Amino acid sequence: MNTLINSVTNQATEATIKYTAKDFSSDQDVRWCPGCGDYSILAQVQRVMPDLNIPKEKIVFISGIGCSSRFPYYMNTYGFHSIHGRATAIASGLKIARPDLSVWVATGDGDGLSIGGNHMIHILRRNVDVNILLFNNQIYGLTKGQYSPTSETGKITKSTPYGSVDMPFNPASLALGAGGTFVARSLDRDPKHMQTMIKRAAEHKGTSFIEIYQNCNVFNDGAFFALTEKETKPDNVVFLEHGKPLVFGKENDKGIKLDGFSPVVVSLKDGSHSINDLLVHNEKDSTLAFILANMTYNPELPRPVGIFLASDRPRYEVEMEKQIDSAISKRGKGVLEKLLNSGDTWVIQ
Amino acid sequence: MEKETRALDEVTIRFAGDSGDGMQLTGGQFTNTSAAMGNDLSTLPDYPAEIRAPIGTTYGVSGFQIHFGATEINTPGDHCDVLVAMNAASLKVNLRSLIDGGIIIVNTDGFGDKNLKLAGYTQSPLSDGSLSKFQVFQVDITKLTNLALADMNLPQKVVDKTKNFFALGMMYWMFNRTPDNTIQWITEKFEKKPELIEANTRVMKAGWNYAETTDIFAVKYDVKPAPLTPGKYRNINGNQATALGFVAAADKAKLPLFLGSYPITPASDILHELSYFKNFGVKTFQCEDEIAGITSAIGASFGGSLAITTTSGPGVALKTEAMGLAVMVELPLVIINVQRGGPSTGLPTKTEQADLLQAVYGRNGEAPIPVIAASSPSDCFNAAFEASRIALKFMTPVILLTDGYIANGSEPWLIPEVKDLKDISVKFRTDPENYLPYLRDEITLSREWAIPGTPGLEHRIGGLEKQDGTGNINYEPENHHKMIKLRAAKVERIANDIPLATVEGDESGDVLVIGWGGTYGTIKTAVERKRKEGKSVSHLHLRYINPMPKNIGEILAKFKTVLVPEINLGQLIKILRDKFLIPAVGLNKVQGLPFRSIEIEQKIDELLGGKQ
Ligand SMILES: Cc1ncc(C[n+]2csc(CCOP(=O)(O)OP(=O)(O)O)c2C)c(N)n1
Ligand code: SF4
Ligand SMILES: [Mg+2]
Repeated sequence: MNTLINSVTNQATEATIKYTAKDFSSDQDVRWCPGCGDYSILAQVQRVMPDLNIPKEKIVFISGIGCSSRFPYYMNTYGFHSIHGRATAIASGLKIARPDLSVWVATGDGDGLSIGGNHMIHILRRNVDVNILLFNNQIYGLTKGQYSPTSETGKITKSTPYGSVDMPFNPASLALGAGGTFVARSLDRDPKHMQTMIKRAAEHKGTSFIEIYQNCNVFNDGAFFALTEKETKPDNVVFLEHGKPLVFGKENDKGIKLDGFSPVVVSLKDGSHSINDLLVHNEKDSTLAFILANMTYNPELPRPVGIFLASDRPRYEVEMEKQIDSAISKRGKGVLEKLLNSGDTWVIQ
Repeated sequence: MEKETRALDEVTIRFAGDSGDGMQLTGGQFTNTSAAMGNDLSTLPDYPAEIRAPIGTTYGVSGFQIHFGATEINTPGDHCDVLVAMNAASLKVNLRSLIDGGIIIVNTDGFGDKNLKLAGYTQSPLSDGSLSKFQVFQVDITKLTNLALADMNLPQKVVDKTKNFFALGMMYWMFNRTPDNTIQWITEKFEKKPELIEANTRVMKAGWNYAETTDIFAVKYDVKPAPLTPGKYRNINGNQATALGFVAAADKAKLPLFLGSYPITPASDILHELSYFKNFGVKTFQCEDEIAGITSAIGASFGGSLAITTTSGPGVALKTEAMGLAVMVELPLVIINVQRGGPSTGLPTKTEQADLLQAVYGRNGEAPIPVIAASSPSDCFNAAFEASRIALKFMTPVILLTDGYIANGSEPWLIPEVKDLKDISVKFRTDPENYLPYLRDEITLSREWAIPGTPGLEHRIGGLEKQDGTGNINYEPENHHKMIKLRAAKVERIANDIPLATVEGDESGDVLVIGWGGTYGTIKTAVERKRKEGKSVSHLHLRYINPMPKNIGEILAKFKTVLVPEINLGQLIKILRDKFLIPAVGLNKVQGLPFRSIEIEQKIDELLGGKQ
């Protein structure tokens, strides 16, 4: 509604230029440790951006503090590297003020779930249309290796020489519990999958939350190797695909079946079960999403990766604009003169 | 009997009763009527801290004080001349603010055994002689109200709710006020409930007639209109004025207004007010905490809004880190602190000025932020507008200090003409040619505002130290020192952009009283009284605390003694001593209450060497 902002900014919703990944890379040297999983996330984001068909100047990356939060410096878009934990709150303010922008958050497990946990649950609850990439390396990288709220119990780090005693968050369950409408998980070592997730997140109307397992090869090397390496991945990961049965295993020989509300592993090889017995994923089903997310730390089950939930719910910034429009249509566009002169007035001659 | 009328220059009345007795409404009506009759005035509500305190107890007492006159009125009054007490507890709580010889009007029905006990009286103050130094008028308001409505068959609850209008009617009679304004208000308010229009109007008239016809009241008082500047007025409290100031600033800046906030007493009313102005496109975002309040505002500012965040002391503590971020990224932002009693949760509903040093210095690192203060309820409008102007022109966060006293207090406001408000419109950068995020204006040293959505100006900002111009991260020792000094110099340059300070009274003399913020009216009253006595004393009130106007040092040098009254243990005085190396004298009281003019007068006398 504001003409001054409209007059300087691009009002088009679609890009007129065809971009390449390179167009999204800034002139800054990337300074993550060699071998860090963050490189892959940056590469996949830059690869997906051209496909989104959004004018580059309308894209904003916002981050907090952490290795992962250096992300905006490397994107040739608008960017804001802020303070620890607050990226989601800054992003909320920006998106509410400027619904025309495509707003992204790059955050870490510490930044997004520890110091910024409060803002995280509230952005999800409000369903502000912001895309959140949570780089989960299960460690505090930037501060050189303390345990994080996603570190496994018993984690030995500099700050927990006898092992951590607290239970980790499962970010997907947390996001679902907070009312997240798009909740997904991906892997730094699976570029194709990550690209799909990023694209889906961008298309989703409402808050999108992607937890990306990211290797910190300096302070928590190999945390996800069982899930990402060729030999072990097939038996340890089950990919969630809408409308498809949950099959996994090196030879696609295993599946997930629901026993009551509990997922169990069944064999497709021993003749006891067929593909028709398996749980079929439905990314619109929020109850199912909770069940699937809850598989996460169960040692008996493969780790679910993919989209847990993609559902529709009104967006905060859209509802707010509606209220403004309706106030204007009911009361007329505000006139300052009238406002100042409202209430009981009197005249002194 | 023909009754005597005496003329008065000024009067202070306090309406007090149980929270359910409608004292705020009664006071508000008396205020509006007095304003319409041309008096100058100032008012202050006194709410109980508890939301629904038990009926009849001292902590459930709600009060409303109005000071009105035929002369200029600057404070809600040190003491009251008239106390209307609807029950025993309200008498107990408020008696100490009544002057000797003052008038007490009590509702005797509120002094039954139960009420006396709840108020902590062992015997009735109405009969034990303890009120002998006052003029006490005992009226059974409850009974008279019931009589007035006897034929209407209204539920008792409804009848009880009208008795404040009986008290109002009596006060209108006593102070020669017309009831017409209130009748009109009742008629509009209860448009859809004709029986309530009838009941309330009838009870008010009954109160008026009772005072007119019984022998109890022998004297009525007349307070003539004050010589006010001609123009259109409305009554306004500080929080309303603050809210309007920002709507006006956004309008004049041609920007949308964004408020990120978390509720806290006594600042919440600004959020409430602004959330109503949706048709102005105002976006109010009630956040999960104060940190989100300020950071969401920083996000909105990045996007090109006039962004503000409202809070009180404890909330400022939470916002501190983000204020440093705003300093680093050099985005416009106004942080409003409606100060209350601290530390910690302190005295949430009481006033204080103890957050000044927090505002000026309370951040990690060298993080200079301009600080300005509002001096009265209606001045909050100008202060909010000015804070916005500075924030936008200098691309900086600005702290606006108000306090619980002026936030809730109200006074007549000469409504400004929109065309007389400054044009503070901004220019966003659009030219991609040679754009660098931290290129600076030579005069103001402010960087340009380039908002997302502008083609070709994609850039990154952040809280890490940066190189000037490019904004690239930079850890060089010399660069850091340079940037620290640049950010400080930018704030210092605001001194070139604000008016010189002016002294009220002579420009030199024996005593200069310097204040800031909500003590304005009290200091002004004290200084004027002393000047009438021929004392050599002047008043300087600071709107701009960081940076200060350029002539402060010059002014200070012209007085023998500088007195700094503050509702803290001495904060502005520290800054003055530090900046100007003067042996200023403090007057400090931290009781959750405003100063009384008399306290300042006494201190002035003391400094002038007793009773000269
Ligand atoms: C207010 C505040 N507290 C603490 C820090 C120190 N700090 C910076 S990053 C960080 C943790 C980062 O962990 P994570 O978010 O997981 O990011 P990673 O480095 O692992 O990508 C901490 C504790 C800070 N910068 N600010
Ligand atoms: S410390 Fe870990 S997370 Fe940080 S850049 Fe190095 S490898 Fe990556
Ligand atoms: Mg981490």
